[in-house]
Amino acid sequence: MKLTLKIWRQSGPEDKGAMKTYPVEGIDGDMSFLEMMDVLNEQLIEQGEEPVAFDHDCREGICGMCSMYINGQAHGPKRGVTTCQLHMRSFKDGDTIYIEPWRSKAFPVVKDLVVDRSSFDRIIQSGGFVSVNTSGNTIDANATPIEKENADKAFDAATCIGCGACVASCKNASAMLFVSAKVSQLSLLPQGDPERKSRALNMVNQMDEEGFGNCTNTGACSVECPKEISLENIARMNREFLKASVSKE
Amino acid sequence: MAKLKSVTPKGALKDQWTNHKNDINLVNPANKRLIDVIVIGTGLAGSSAAASLAEMGYNVKAFCFQDTPRRAHSIAAQGGINAAKNYQNDGDSTFRLFYDTIKGGDYRSRESNTYRLAEVSANIIDQCVAQGVPFARDYGGLLDNRSFGGVLVSRTFYAKGQTGQQLLLGAYSALSRQVAKGKVTMYTRHEMMDVVMVDGKARGIIARNLITGELERHGAHAVVLCSGGYGNVFFLSTNAMGSNVSAAWKAHKKGAYFANPCYTQIHPTCIPVSGDHQSKLTLMSESLRNDGRIWVPKKKEDCKAIIEKSKRAEDIPEEDRDYYLERRYPSFGNLVPRDVASRAAKERCDAGFGVNKTGNAVFLDFASAIVRYGKLEANIKNVKNPTDKQIKEWGRAVVKSKYGNLFDMYKQITDDDPYFTAMKIYPAVHYTMGGLWVDYNLMTNVPGLYACGEANFSDHGANRLGASALMQGLADGYFVLPYTIGDYLSKDIRTGAIDTEQKAFEEAEQNVQTRIDKLINNNGTKSVDHFHKRLGKVMWDKVGMARNEKGLKDAIKEITEIREDFWKNVKVPGSANAFNPELDKAGRVADFLELGELFAQDALDRKESCGGHFREEYQTKEGEALRDDKKYAYVAAWEYNEVPSKAKLHKEELTFKEVELKTRSYK
Ligand SMILES: Cc1cc2nc3c(=O)[nH]c(=O)nc-3n(C[C@H](O)[C@H](O)[C@H](O)COP(=O)(O)OP(=O)(O)OC[C@H]3O[C@@H](n4cnc5c(N)ncnc54)[C@H](O)[C@@H]3O)c2cc1C
Ligand code: SF4
Ligand code: FES
Repeated sequence: MKLTLKIWRQSGPEDKGAMKTYPVEGIDGDMSFLEMMDVLNEQLIEQGEEPVAFDHDCREGICGMCSMYINGQAHGPKRGVTTCQLHMRSFKDGDTIYIEPWRSKAFPVVKDLVVDRSSFDRIIQSGGFVSVNTSGNTIDANATPIEKENADKAFDAATCIGCGACVASCKNASAMLFVSAKVSQLSLLPQGDPERKSRALNMVNQMDEEGFGNCTNTGACSVECPKEISLENIARMNREFLKASVSKE
Repeated sequence: MAKLKSVTPKGALKDQWTNHKNDINLVNPANKRLIDVIVIGTGLAGSSAAASLAEMGYNVKAFCFQDTPRRAHSIAAQGGINAAKNYQNDGDSTFRLFYDTIKGGDYRSRESNTYRLAEVSANIIDQCVAQGVPFARDYGGLLDNRSFGGVLVSRTFYAKGQTGQQLLLGAYSALSRQVAKGKVTMYTRHEMMDVVMVDGKARGIIARNLITGELERHGAHAVVLCSGGYGNVFFLSTNAMGSNVSAAWKAHKKGAYFANPCYTQIHPTCIPVSGDHQSKLTLMSESLRNDGRIWVPKKKEDCKAIIEKSKRAEDIPEEDRDYYLERRYPSFGNLVPRDVASRAAKERCDAGFGVNKTGNAVFLDFASAIVRYGKLEANIKNVKNPTDKQIKEWGRAVVKSKYGNLFDMYKQITDDDPYFTAMKIYPAVHYTMGGLWVDYNLMTNVPGLYACGEANFSDHGANRLGASALMQGLADGYFVLPYTIGDYLSKDIRTGAIDTEQKAFEEAEQNVQTRIDKLINNNGTKSVDHFHKRLGKVMWDKVGMARNEKGLKDAIKEITEIREDFWKNVKVPGSANAFNPELDKAGRVADFLELGELFAQDALDRKESCGGHFREEYQTKEGEALRDDKKYAYVAAWEYNEVPSKAKLHKEELTFKEVELKTRSYK
């Protein structure tokens, strides 16, 4: 396969950045998208140019590090996969592919396709946990049975990989899907119950402080989410938030 | 260097940990505020250690090279975590878990450490559940279990195929809570470049900010390395792209002994290599062997037909299939330990029965499990005469609920649908049992320098059983290190903050800078990956699943040559004072090029086969590993030498009090 790549190049946060065009050849359908990027980078190094910086680590769709906006879609055209799981068989010989970083005020560009997602960490630090120490004296794990349905739902919400595709896909750059996934997981489990109010309030506050936009329920986030995190979580979080706000007054 | 002291407590195995905790020195809560600890790595070991130390009152600085602690490689663990809870009432106990682990490790681990691991395992599950980790549950709301290789009980707790993710997110949430409190300062996108030694003690590190390229000095009273394993020395492995040996290697260069580097786990069920472009390999969790059956055709013409795509797995009749694990190991069948399963796959493929174009693949088949589950579902649904189609449909739904994400992953990568046709799999490098030598307190032989998780050598001997790395990482971080480190730190309550302006820091920083400058200004012609791939090929061909004297000697020579070529001809683009992933990679590959040589030397020196270390010269008539307990029941701990193959060997003799050394048999 021969392809034309149009890639966002930006040397650092201060640089304005621009799209640049690169041809690549010899791309095999069995290659992953990131392996295709490896081919390009080898080529650039050989030509004495700087390779394209992009984030990646596990390359199996679980660490949440890869983050490319491909032809106008977060993680590219396939549903339910991350960029690293996208394979070149999804493209045709002669295609032109546009590759950009996530774009959001709360995710400033570090370099080329790499963005700073530390705002997500700060949201979790504001309340995305159960306050329990590692004393070694916790109660037996089976002492509190949990209804399978709730356990499964909590698990589904907990599979969020923190990639930020939801934010990148949202026209308001809202982080609601990410935040609601954590709030939901913990509110569905008895262990998360004691802190449910403060958690919802604190996490939503932090989200606003980080400069993420408002949710207008377009649902684009869930469509583009590689883990198919459900919109139900947003509804659940809204209920949690409302209940918590009311009882605060 | 002094003799190796394992500081194993006295007394019967079952009392050692309790006695030890009662005997060691503690630091009182007020004094903990005066003590700083550096933790390198935020995987299961690092996150749990950092969070626990902070909860206890120490001031913690934690480092990772990813953009957030939650992306550490532990996130990718799939199948599960062991614990001796005996919830299934199938006769499990601390002793049985300990025994299985020692035996699984082919009697090359330290009894006392392994026993302690089994002992604290049950508590890990309690802790994780309390944090909100959503483990799989049954309809009664209680925790569910599955079986892993090398054992006859069901003691593996899991969260679908994402157990590592869920456990790490639990530890990450505990860590985040301490960051919010200001007890942990988190340094993301930072790489540890060296350990700083003051008066013979580890007193800090030099770190590089990967965004700006700036070097930073960080002082502390102790340094804990939780930097993971070094499987990427093979270039292709199931590890994440960034996993590296550098932190451990830098510690080795500063005096810490590297133990059993040649003990590598080659995992039997990974997606086979598809071409030269391949950048990593993907694991298909061992849990799949609960339900998947491994086989190759009995007839070579069938193999040929499959490769030419004129036949598919499902076209081969039962009687023409060789379920070789069930044939060779009737009592454990498809659930033999990993080293055994991997070698058996290699044996069949070497004999010409491989089922893909490279000749290196075997089938992992779910067809019978789908039918079995489908029939059960029919009973549950009370359908008397279900059709074939119904049975398969229901069966597939059950399989999906257990392994859905793994099946999806397989399909993404190969474009084949494992619900309808058998998976193709082949062994791949997965885990490294070797690592920094540590004593019972998890301290290396360098005072104040600790190692936890995959970075140390301690619990798995020559072969790790499935689902026990997650267990070890969390055991070390939550329950062991936070206690044992107090023994050392109790002497530091009056030391005061470590001064990073002192000479030792200046020198260390200067050395790091010199090396970076050398890499950046080298102006060579070949990329870092070029060298990494060459190293990987030598490692896989000569230091991989089967090793022999000649191959190992050649490997040492070839690795030396590649290393020399690297320093002459590597080309690192960009600048040292900016975000530069190629530069990060170059430093890591440079270290792999040294480790690889020591690795081969260790394999050469160990003239026996044990666990994952298989020397062709030492095998039984049936091709099973042949140990030599008289000569080799020791831990090989290597002292650094500039020429890694000339490193000095120190032996820690292994003594076994409660288990009898036997030939492992899974027949
Ligand atoms: C695909 C896969 C599946 C697995 N499945 C299972 C399973 O089901 N059950 C099981 O028990 N085990 C499993 N394992 C093994 C297990 O996941 C690992 O052994 C374990 O997670 C290692 O944890 P760790 O905390 O020691 O290191 P890691 O999780 O590897 O973390 C290393 C940390 O160190 C940091 N680091 C490294 N070097 C530096 C440096 N120089 N400077 C700063 N930071 C650094 C990294 O940023 C990272 O935070 C699996 C492994 C793989 C590869
Ligand atoms: S909700 Fe989905 S898209 Fe958003 S961070 Fe989580 S996994 Fe990524
Ligand atoms: S690289 Fe880890 S999810 Fe893509």
